Amino acid sequence: MRPFPVHLLSMEDLDAGQIAEVLRVSDSFAEVGRRASPKVPTLRGRTVATLFFEDSTRTRMSFETAAKRMSADVLSFAHGSSSIKKGESLRDTVETVEAMGIDAMIVRHASSGVPDRVARWVDHSVVVNAGDGAHQHPTQALLDCYTVREALGGGEDGLARFGGLRVAIVGDVRHSRVARSQIVAYAALGAEVTLVAPATLLPPSLEGWPVVAVEHDIDAVLPKADVVSLLRVQAERGSGVLLPSLREYTSGYGLTARCATMLQPGAVILHPGPLVRGVEIASEVAELPQSLITDQVANGVAVRMAVLFLLLGRDAHHGRLEEVPDRG
Amino acid sequence: MAERERSHTRPRGGVFVPRVQVMSADDVGRAITRMAHEVIERNHGLVGVVLVGLQTGGVMIAERLVETLATVEGTTVPLGTLDVAFYRDDIGLRPVLPEAATDISFDLTGTRVVLVDDVLFTGRTVRAALNALGEYGRAQVVELAVMVDRGHRELPIRPDFVGKNLPTRRDEMVDVTLEGVALGELVGR
Repeated sequence: MRPFPVHLLSMEDLDAGQIAEVLRVSDSFAEVGRRASPKVPTLRGRTVATLFFEDSTRTRMSFETAAKRMSADVLSFAHGSSSIKKGESLRDTVETVEAMGIDAMIVRHASSGVPDRVARWVDHSVVVNAGDGAHQHPTQALLDCYTVREALGGGEDGLARFGGLRVAIVGDVRHSRVARSQIVAYAALGAEVTLVAPATLLPPSLEGWPVVAVEHDIDAVLPKADVVSLLRVQAERGSGVLLPSLREYTSGYGLTARCATMLQPGAVILHPGPLVRGVEIASEVAELPQSLITDQVANGVAVRMAVLFLLLGRDAHHGRLEEVPDRG
Repeated sequence: MAERERSHTRPRGGVFVPRVQVMSADDVGRAITRMAHEVIERNHGLVGVVLVGLQTGGVMIAERLVETLATVEGTTVPLGTLDVAFYRDDIGLRPVLPEAATDISFDLTGTRVVLVDDVLFTGRTVRAALNALGEYGRAQVVELAVMVDRGHRELPIRPDFVGKNLPTRRDEMVDVTLEGVALGELVGR
């Protein structure tokens, strides 16, 4: 197996074996999460900083919970009250944070490519992309894969069932970093991804995207899907002007109560959040037993613990691994 | 991207090349039978006794011990498995990865825990295991059973039940299965 990458910037950084490794290690951290006292000393003495230049609640809290459950110290950077407001450049901010001895930076930014740049600027920190523009959100895709693997029975058996699994990704693909990460992850594990979206909410080109089909009729896709993964309409990124109205979007592409009856038994519904009830998903559908939306949130902590552990836990001294006896 | 050398391998990467067969399958079986009797003797029966096998090598030994205890005493004691990766003190010094999720589905408070591993070496795995065990309750007593004690302790830890004391060099490797025990080298990392 290839070594785990130094940074996690994109789902493209991981091959199928490495994705399987993250999911396997996540099982061990999920067990920690089920304990009365869900904390382990694994990253004691390490410092993790969340650098969020764009608003987020669940992703930031998920990463911070993950780091704290591994006994790391967590620093939180709030862009609203930072020196960025005084005119400091992104690079100076990153170098200042790193000079404080930060071991890992969790970066979110509204512009695609910022985590890649940050990774080039740092000397010793590891960088995790927590969502950049319409580019990538790799930990979301990993937690989705973990959630689906659990729904498929978990472990190696669950992983093997990704082969030929029919995944429908429905909604605003154009603006979605989640979709871009999901497609790569699902395809790497052998699933067949179909995109369902109005033409205006698809990217200008799908060249090189590992999808098997693009559909505009959700009714044709739902009865055959094993996994329905919904995306939020990102009005703040300009989806509004690409749609006649949100109501028309809902009638064509929303997962309404009527649509949900077309799902085959055993099919599951995913949504990365935040949920806009009544637009891409009906409120009663979000509450169905086959909706795994809260499982995704719970699994997110375990998966992010695994990612931080794989990036940090095996390299406290920045590559200078000593010769220590194997068995003890 | 900042480039630097990294070594990410499985904790027991490489290929084990056996040199000497130290115990046969029958020897291992007889050692387990003797250790089972010693466990019963030490604990005056099996009341409150639970076994916890360390991932991965200790688990099969623990399973066999549970079977043998049931044959001898007519009581099937609870069995758990413990992965100590998150408690190791060499995280970052060498590649550390969990082998399998810990599975202890019972409260350890007030129990007599017999920790079971295949090989006792530096004692650092046992140190980590003692820390990890605390998460599952406050055991009344913790005892240690190992199939092979190969010496080279780095911590003040000693086993209560030993299959075989085996003098080794530090760079050798001891391979324990229910089919036997072999001494050899790990090569081709």
